[in-house]
Amino acid sequence: MSDSNQQRLGGFMTSVSTTQMKSFYEDMVTARVYEERLQEEYMEGKTPGFDISAGQIPGELHLAAGQEAAAVGVCHHLRDEDTVTAPHRPHHIAIAKGVDLKRMTAEIFGRETGLSSGKGGHMHLFDPDVNFACSGIIAEGVPPAVGAGLTAQKRNEDSVGVAFLGEGAISQGAFLESLNFASVHDMPVVFIIEDNDWAISMPKERVADSQDGSRRADGFDMPGIRVDQDDVLAVSEAAREAVGRARDGNGPTVIEVQVHRRMGHFMGDPETYRSEADQEAHRRRDSIERLAADLRSHGVDDETLAEIRERAESRVEEAIEWAKDQPKPDPEDAYDDMWVNPPSGVTDTEPNFDLAGGDD
Amino acid sequence: MAQQQRQTVERTRTMSDAMVEAIATEMRENEEVFYMGEDVADYGGIFDSTEGLLEEFGRDRIMDVPISETSYIGAAVGAAQEGMRPIAELMFVDFFGVAMDQIYNQMAKNTYMSGGAVNVPMVLTAAVGGTYNDAAQHSQTLYGTFAHVPGMKVVVPSTAYDAKGLMHNAIRDDDPVAYMFHKRLMGIGWLPAPDGPKTAVPETEYTIPFGSADVKREGDDVTVVTLGLHVHRALDAAERLAEEGIDVEVIDLRSLVPLDEETIRESVDKTGRLVAVDEDYQSFGVTGEVITRVVEDDPGSVEAVERVAIPDIPIPYARPMENEVVPDSEDIQEAIRATEP
Repeated sequence: MSDSNQQRLGGFMTSVSTTQMKSFYEDMVTARVYEERLQEEYMEGKTPGFDISAGQIPGELHLAAGQEAAAVGVCHHLRDEDTVTAPHRPHHIAIAKGVDLKRMTAEIFGRETGLSSGKGGHMHLFDPDVNFACSGIIAEGVPPAVGAGLTAQKRNEDSVGVAFLGEGAISQGAFLESLNFASVHDMPVVFIIEDNDWAISMPKERVADSQDGSRRADGFDMPGIRVDQDDVLAVSEAAREAVGRARDGNGPTVIEVQVHRRMGHFMGDPETYRSEADQEAHRRRDSIERLAADLRSHGVDDETLAEIRERAESRVEEAIEWAKDQPKPDPEDAYDDMWVNPPSGVTDTEPNFDLAGGDD
Repeated sequence: MAQQQRQTVERTRTMSDAMVEAIATEMRENEEVFYMGEDVADYGGIFDSTEGLLEEFGRDRIMDVPISETSYIGAAVGAAQEGMRPIAELMFVDFFGVAMDQIYNQMAKNTYMSGGAVNVPMVLTAAVGGTYNDAAQHSQTLYGTFAHVPGMKVVVPSTAYDAKGLMHNAIRDDDPVAYMFHKRLMGIGWLPAPDGPKTAVPETEYTIPFGSADVKREGDDVTVVTLGLHVHRALDAAERLAEEGIDVEVIDLRSLVPLDEETIRESVDKTGRLVAVDEDYQSFGVTGEVITRVVEDDPGSVEAVERVAIPDIPIPYARPMENEVVPDSEDIQEAIRATEP
């Protein structure tokens, strides 16, 4: 990042209110506590020997501890009517977007009252009330986010589409094609690359030509910016400009954010491909601690920070307790929700005409 | 309304005219409907699927897109989830391969995976079929491929009348619909259609339900179940066999999802003999499915079964070889005769 950007960031940091910073902090801590608690709940019943199909949360679980700054720094600029698509590691983004935490948790536990009635699981969370969706295949959520931008454009509304993806997704066709489509039509879209250094076991330098994913924007004639610090205030500054640009009809932007992966790719990942030093480095670079220090320097005392943390913890606890109390779906429910209209469409009646020459 | 007065509809249209008429009517009535695809604006669709629409609706609603099927079909999914009613066109169904993730994993599944919290009211139109020597990458129908994954309704018109009513239903449906039109039936100047697809078409709007097969020809001896171009080839075969005293019933499925099992079974109960015909690959496809639905329901209902489809090879280029593998009237006649006791 250039010096001029650093200066701009410095200027902005003083303009973020303490109230807003506390709000960032609360969302970030909520997301972190959520992942830590889910990890505990997930492991219950899966040991010894780790059986991925056992326990109260079945299936894969991709946790996002260490990536909170990207989600919170971006989503605080969004409204409910703005659409966000997230990838397979979605919880922090969902929390920042305001997804119903209880129903999201119930979905992760596979309960009937979950966001997707237990049919989706943690990679397929849909909350139309806040226009959030996530999906499990790399970069596949990017084109639908462009579709949301296209919709805003066609309806002459000032809402935006935001696609989150990992740095491992920047070579995927769905992403590159979407950059072009969005740029050709100056669509109100923001692409957020969360760079946690690892595409499962593959470090970025082994699979991407450029180490700065925001440079993907260069070939598509749109602005690209890399936020080199895992700092929610820096992310917020970049996102404010990009979201504003989109809202005001001035086209799409790519932002890459340096984040950190504090856990494995999925729960149960032995991370044998990753050095202890790297794991330690990721844990040490904590955007939440960084924000706490900023808050303290703005005169927020430890007691206030502790109160925020307690509030986040009890919100998470409440969601988990609620979810675990929810009924499991009936096996027969598997056959519901195939269609929203009858299979025959909007009619079940054959029209009745006398056609010259017959229909034959 | 006109049909209550039972006036005979005399006005004839090509299949492409009928499709376009339905699209235009829906676009006039609902400003959330728009069409996007490659060469759909100034060109009017390579196979005339949007002929004339640009003039009335402009580039915002008849929208050329980058050659980038993943992005625009995926964008259609996103727009549909926002409540718009996009129609996205795959110029050739064969191009599905570059966008199948968006089709198979989002368009088809998001309603179910969200427990019905979101739905995807879009139409995916695609030109299908061979018979004009366009070789293995531009001649497939892929009916089975599209009907195989749960979550899309799959529609295949064979006449102008059906094309219009099915298109109205497809656009109004809140579920995703794959609308597969056969190039040979559209009535394009450079790709002459057989007699048959150009039919009387009411000027008024009307909807034809999905899952409602149409008996295109009644007969007592043998049931032929087919769709698309092969409705017309089966009708031709039936006329020729009538001279031999074989009375063939021809059922046009009109949709694969849902599949009208009842009409097929009723016919087979009458004839006891079943020939399934299509223009897709034979294995794991439509013909096997149609026969299975009959047999698993009542193995005793059918005395003889035949199927006619593309043998399990890619579609070859040179005319003699393509003609060999794409079923024609003679192939169908032969299969029908083979069911005779």
